[in-house]
Amino acid sequence: MSHQGTQVEIPDEAPPRTPSGRRTGVGDTSHARSWSRGFFVKLAVVAIADAVSVYGILTAVAVQSWGVAAFLLAALVAITWVYFSRRGLPAKYLLPGLLFLLVYQLFVMGYTAYVAFTNYGDGHNSTKSDAVAQILVQNEKRVEGSATYPLTVVDKAGTVGFAVVVDGKAEVGSASQPLTAVDGATVDGGKVTAVPGWQVLDFASIAGRQDEIVNLRVPFSSNPDDGSLRTQDAQNGYLYRSALTYDAAADSMTDTSTGTVYRPDSRGSFVSPDGTALTPGWRVAVGFSNFTQMFTDSRLSGPFTQILVWTFVFAGLSVLTTFALGLFLAITFNDPRVRGRRVYRSLLILPYAFPAFLSALVWRGMLNQRFGYVNEVLLGGANVPWLTDGTLAKVSVLMVNLWLGFPYMFLVCTGALQSIPTDIIESARMDGASPFRIFRSMTLPLLMISVAPLLISSFAFNFNNFSLIYMLTGGGPSFTGTPVLIGHTDILISMVYAVAFGSGLKQYGLASAVSILIFIVVGLISWWGFRRTRTLEEL
Amino acid sequence: MAATSTRTGTVLRTPIKPTRSLEHHAPVHGVRWWREIGWRHVVAVVMVVVCVLPLLYVLSASFNPGGTLTGSNQLFRHVSAQNYQDLWGRYFGSWLLNSLLVCTVTAVGTVLMGAAAAYAFSRFRFRGRRGSLTFLLLVQMFPQMLAFVAIFLLLLSLSKVFPAIGVNSQLGLIAVYLGGALGVNTFLMYGFFNTVPRELDEAAKIDGATHAQIFWTIILRLVAPILAVVGLLSFVSSYGEFIIAKIVLQRPEKWTLAVGLYSWAADEKTAPWGLFAAGAVLAAIPVVLLFQFLQKYIVSGLTAGSVKG
Repeated sequence: MSHQGTQVEIPDEAPPRTPSGRRTGVGDTSHARSWSRGFFVKLAVVAIADAVSVYGILTAVAVQSWGVAAFLLAALVAITWVYFSRRGLPAKYLLPGLLFLLVYQLFVMGYTAYVAFTNYGDGHNSTKSDAVAQILVQNEKRVEGSATYPLTVVDKAGTVGFAVVVDGKAEVGSASQPLTAVDGATVDGGKVTAVPGWQVLDFASIAGRQDEIVNLRVPFSSNPDDGSLRTQDAQNGYLYRSALTYDAAADSMTDTSTGTVYRPDSRGSFVSPDGTALTPGWRVAVGFSNFTQMFTDSRLSGPFTQILVWTFVFAGLSVLTTFALGLFLAITFNDPRVRGRRVYRSLLILPYAFPAFLSALVWRGMLNQRFGYVNEVLLGGANVPWLTDGTLAKVSVLMVNLWLGFPYMFLVCTGALQSIPTDIIESARMDGASPFRIFRSMTLPLLMISVAPLLISSFAFNFNNFSLIYMLTGGGPSFTGTPVLIGHTDILISMVYAVAFGSGLKQYGLASAVSILIFIVVGLISWWGFRRTRTLEEL
Repeated sequence: MAATSTRTGTVLRTPIKPTRSLEHHAPVHGVRWWREIGWRHVVAVVMVVVCVLPLLYVLSASFNPGGTLTGSNQLFRHVSAQNYQDLWGRYFGSWLLNSLLVCTVTAVGTVLMGAAAAYAFSRFRFRGRRGSLTFLLLVQMFPQMLAFVAIFLLLLSLSKVFPAIGVNSQLGLIAVYLGGALGVNTFLMYGFFNTVPRELDEAAKIDGATHAQIFWTIILRLVAPILAVVGLLSFVSSYGEFIIAKIVLQRPEKWTLAVGLYSWAADEKTAPWGLFAAGAVLAAIPVVLLFQFLQKYIVSGLTAGSVKG
């Protein structure tokens, strides 16, 4: 920044004063130029943030995570610029929150959308070149009749390698370094006993690192078709070669023993003419197939429709029942003649104060068919399958959610009731209106003005009430014959979990597609509520 | 998270007013008392039983030594602190510490970032201000929790660059929670910041304070009540958050209370039910206490009277 002579100009802000009382140069209003304590704190914080970013950029480049590297570079520039520039004062306050918002909310929303259009999941979780390498390794077999190489396991700074004698010369290699000849190695009886720069592992070390050694494959040469050296016993090495070869020009895999040619298909796998696919495959865009699969896959479409309907029923009935009970209780205790209202109120709020995830687990125990408190004690030894019968489980879920949710509605309605002016109710009573008529035509409509937005947000909350479902029933009882583990009480969000993590096969693409559906429903509901509340006018 | 905080946050807008005095009503007796008031007590007693019974059941189970689900049905038959002692030999201690750590750091971070953003929106007039506020409002409509698959995949790839914020790291979980820091909280705070008179800023500016000094030493102190409320809301909602914690934290020693206690109660047949109950009682205490504390804070306003008319 430039000083414009020495003449006095009136700055926007008074020059900052340092703790010692010394004023900085007239016209110099940059916060970066005041050598106050705050400045050094800022310098230190920005320095740390920058250092972490630089470290991150270097690692990201090393592991070829270009997206992460690019983001960190942008963040580095933004942080440094914002905090040392005179301009963009609001940005200084907004940047930290925005960075987190950008990564952990906006990016993941975008990424969900992207994944929904791919076949990302088990068997398809990397790039094509990774898949090719993986397939070649997985199909390696010991070359029939090949020589046995007496082998020595060696170590250099934590990296395990093999040392063997090939054609009378000692050679050493590791996972990343193909076998190469070394000078100065000691060979005794066809076996290497010492290699300069490498440490020969003793029996105890070999036993401790068994898995690492058995899984190690040392490329025989820089040509992948030469295969690799592997060992089972850390004594003898054998030459392994993939039964498949990859032809980069033709982009196909050939089985050398049978001659079968596997070609890439549009769904990210190498497929033979008879339809056998090699695993793993790779990630490809699959268009809308994740979305249509829910409706067209005959094993999935029925359960999916049930879950879709149940999600709406569950959220709707949850709001309705909690609101009805909460309102009833609020009206019941709104009469000032009831003694001990305060005590009642504080006891009725207890289910709301108790953490919801714990309540759901407690109810899970209490509703247990054979040992639960409800059957054993309250129903005198009845054997009601509260959580294991499809219909009853749904009823149980609704009842438990009623227990959890009515205190909130009770609080809200109590507050709203007390804000309704008593004189208009009084005048209606004077005019001879019945209590029910007063409630229906006056109290309820007046109440609704303040409560309606809360009902909408409560609907949206219950629409995604994962914890309750997962803790209480785990989605069960399960449907039979579905490709994913979903059940009668699953709602959409718990179905997403089941598809992505709960079943044996992880299908991130399909799960994300269901997420997108929920996004749309919740978005529409929120937008509707948003328009009703007109929050925008208050900005 | 956003949804949970809305669930709790709404209490703010509808504080319960003190009960009106009873003297205006003539006392009623007999049948009329029953018809008009008595039945309300019946409803109250029934509802109180319904509300309290499950909680008594947990408390009773927690005192039942070596309790399984079957043995827990006779309330308070055995009373012993055995379960409470046995908790500490397991992972419970780590879960409690992890939860406190994750939730405290999240709460502090949320308060700081939310307050800074609210200050910017309340005190500065900049280009794109209205737009950014609307944008925040729209973003918070979509609960972050819905994108948990993508969050998991993101952390999976971050593990390669920064293992410290990747999968199975508490710092990673905190960072995810902080991603939702701005949304609801900015609005809660923004309204409150606007009630702090701007004359205070002006006066401080004339005295030579920088914007940073105004923010840290004047505004933040005056809005302390809303900072406490937002901090507590954030604490409570991350304390009960389950799904993201479950997929991010994979090893038992890293779990939070929600994930850990779930693992104890999940399998009815073999569950250490007494241990779970004891853990649940201990886990619920801070939240129930905070809840009481929160209600007290809601009505107070510190800024009143800071400007003389």
